[in-house]
Amino acid sequence: MAGTQSPERAPAIELTDITKRFPGVLANDRVSLTVRHGEVHCLLGENGAGKSTLISILSGMLRPDSGSIRVDGAEVSIRSPRDALRLGIGTVYQHSTLIPALTVLENLMLGARSRLKLDRDGARERLAEMAAMLGIDVDPEARTGDLALGRQQQVEIISALWRGSRVLVLDEPTSMLTPQGVEELQKVLRRLKERGTAVVFITHKLHEALAVGDRVSILRRGRLAGALSSEQVASSSAEDLRATIVRLMFEEETAEVAGAAELTTDLTAVEEERSVPAAEGDVFLELKSVSARGAGTEPGIEEVSLRVRTGEIVGVAGMDGNGQRALAETIAGQRRVTSGTVELFGVAVNRLSVSARQKLGLRYLTDDRLGEGIVRNLGVSLNMFLKRIGEPPFWRWGRIDRRRINAEASGLVKAFDIRTPGLEARAGTLSGGNVQKLLLARELSFDPKVVVFHKPTYGLDLKTTEHVRAVIRDLVGKGAAVVVISTDLDELIELCGRIAVLSRGRLAGIVDNGPHAVSQVGSLMIGTMEAA
Amino acid sequence: MALETEATAGTSLEAGARAAEPARLARSWRAVVRSLAPVILALIAGGLLLLVLGQNPVRFYVAVWQGGVESGGWQNSAVLMAPLLLIALGLIIVFRAGIWNLGYDGQYLLGAALVAGFGPSILQTWPAPLAYAVLFLVAGAAGTLWTLVPAVLKAWYETNEIITTLMMSFIGVGIANILVKGPFQDPTVNIPQTRTIPFSKLLPNLSGTRVHVGVLLALGAVVVVHYLLTRTSFGLRLQVLGANPRTARHVGISVRRVIVTSFVWSGFLIGVAAAVDVLGLWAYVRANWNPGYGDTVIPFVFLARLNPLAVVPFVAFYAVLSTGGDLAAQQANLPTDFLLVLVALILLFMTVIEYLGRRRDLGQSYLTPGLKEALRRPLVRRRPAR
Repeated sequence: MAGTQSPERAPAIELTDITKRFPGVLANDRVSLTVRHGEVHCLLGENGAGKSTLISILSGMLRPDSGSIRVDGAEVSIRSPRDALRLGIGTVYQHSTLIPALTVLENLMLGARSRLKLDRDGARERLAEMAAMLGIDVDPEARTGDLALGRQQQVEIISALWRGSRVLVLDEPTSMLTPQGVEELQKVLRRLKERGTAVVFITHKLHEALAVGDRVSILRRGRLAGALSSEQVASSSAEDLRATIVRLMFEEETAEVAGAAELTTDLTAVEEERSVPAAEGDVFLELKSVSARGAGTEPGIEEVSLRVRTGEIVGVAGMDGNGQRALAETIAGQRRVTSGTVELFGVAVNRLSVSARQKLGLRYLTDDRLGEGIVRNLGVSLNMFLKRIGEPPFWRWGRIDRRRINAEASGLVKAFDIRTPGLEARAGTLSGGNVQKLLLARELSFDPKVVVFHKPTYGLDLKTTEHVRAVIRDLVGKGAAVVVISTDLDELIELCGRIAVLSRGRLAGIVDNGPHAVSQVGSLMIGTMEAA
Repeated sequence: MALETEATAGTSLEAGARAAEPARLARSWRAVVRSLAPVILALIAGGLLLLVLGQNPVRFYVAVWQGGVESGGWQNSAVLMAPLLLIALGLIIVFRAGIWNLGYDGQYLLGAALVAGFGPSILQTWPAPLAYAVLFLVAGAAGTLWTLVPAVLKAWYETNEIITTLMMSFIGVGIANILVKGPFQDPTVNIPQTRTIPFSKLLPNLSGTRVHVGVLLALGAVVVVHYLLTRTSFGLRLQVLGANPRTARHVGISVRRVIVTSFVWSGFLIGVAAAVDVLGLWAYVRANWNPGYGDTVIPFVFLARLNPLAVVPFVAFYAVLSTGGDLAAQQANLPTDFLLVLVALILLFMTVIEYLGRRRDLGQSYLTPGLKEALRRPLVRRRPAR
């Protein structure tokens, strides 16, 4: 990576013995960290390792119980996000902080120093300049709520750097990006490094840390489990680094974590391993040149044709915001078909409602787990039965049978290993991984036959990811037909027999999974992008 | 226990029940505290205000009690409760679904005008039970009809129902006045008002009191609506829609049907409130008359956290305050507007308590997110987030 010759760059931020305690959890335990100018410093760790707490402290959202923070050598106390910005620390959070109803430009102007009159032209110039610097193409007048998640993140990066930040903190920035998106991000980071910006890059994906980071620090259960200096990163072979980091991240757990082994194997190895034979069973789900409208600037789908057989997993690859949501919602019945037909088991279901399709055995696992999947204020058990409201035996003559629901729910909690304080606990209090398990439990109980998974493992830690993938394989083993929509190509390669590529709402092509699938899918994604 | 805030808090699994019990008690206790504190604080602040005005607050409140409860005053209070309760129920149903039916004035007055207009002749000719049933249905249907336009507009075109219900309300109030001054005008008097229903034809009173059976009807409706909202699939659908419309659509709830159904029930109950009020108390309707029950009852609906059972004590409180307060204010030489000051103080303290409660633990309250934000916004301060 760049900049190995220069001995030690000037430290931008020095954290010393940061400790932060929450009721029942020691989130950060004497963590010390130095982030230097012109370097990307990766923080690696599983969900719950304390990464988010650490950056919340850096960005002024939380204050440490003890420990000191130095910025450019001077000791500071960061009391609020405003302090952090004043010190030149810009943060991009994992979840969007943009105001959906405002345009890109308006959102950016929120971060600007306020004057009585809004400096729209000045802001437009600044945006153009920053977009050019970062190699990003954004429409200043688009409503941010209409942008795809990946695009929103780019706006957030611009927003974080808007006031000339010298330190950029990125919290899991790649969790919603495609391979190309990650590449773009790396380019952006390279440019930032050249300008001397210090970058803190939080991730739980090992290969990203290696690809992006000059330095890697590993957090584990709130402690700093280890750190790799820039020399180590630059000089060691990739395999050694992987082995070291996996050991640091999981230590004694290594053997238990199935995914850790897979992390160390190369993508090519995976490719050779899996050449899934084309399925021959009955067609459970078929789209016949289906079109549906988009919402806002999020595109719809046009003339998508797809056939999914029993016992088969068909992947849908594509960059974020290329019609994935429209596709999923059209199949689920949440969006109206404008032309073409959706067929389940050979019968057209265009006119059937969401619940009617559910009764036929169709399930849709949404990607927007908190915003669409659950009702935060309802209990875990009720959330599991939201799709069966009014159905016997859980409702009889319209009257709820709570005992029955709770009995069934407690079985599901065990089967899907949902960590919850109780069945009545509000679903909003669960962690992201457990919300996903709750949704899995809801969708996969009661004999699902056709399941659409939309970003099933996005933002989940390694163990949960493996758990989810195992559940999907198991489901297919039982004869279900499965569609996995994901921006994570590795995931599709691992799971799917065939991979369809969605680009600007159209199917660019369908690739049989095999030795060359990655490059084929990649070229389909890129090819249409160039053509467009 | 009556103040259980959420429908979800109502049950327990055998295994988890023991552990959950103290937490549930604590939660219900907090809900009670949060609901009562604003009322108590408002009474204290109102007392201070009385001191400033040179009145003895203790004497004033005692007078309220005497007028509103003692020596038969409770009967007047109870009679006042009947329409208030029915309107509160009508509002709870839609508010739970996150729908703002603010057209209660139009819905109520249309119902009232029709009952007062047709009542005298129908009650003279038909047997009483049939006449009552028809008049209740007519009033309910008028309320329903007046919610249908906003309901359909919202369900199919996502039109903002706050605006449409308010506009429909203006139209409704206007038509009610036209009816009273025109076809229903009592030809024997010069004042614009309907004919009067003879005293003997009004709703029968409970033996030995001036409390009419409409009060019992309202209390019965409270129980029915509470059951409907907390125990049935309809109630849960309403709740899911109110909490998160996207989830409602995702899980296959027919959002349109739920919107229309809740609107229809809301309008029906408000119309029935008018019938109970006119047939039980007023016996006629004057032009430009508007008791403004809806505006009065809204704060209490929220204090009761949209719980039909919990709204009863609050409405009773207001009824006593209102009946007793009129007298007390006259005695103290205060304008009766002072009662409105008390109600407004309750709202103010409710906002403050809501905000403090939110800072202590998220999500306890059962206000819909939009209203929560509206209450919070003026007071917002940065809260550390994890």
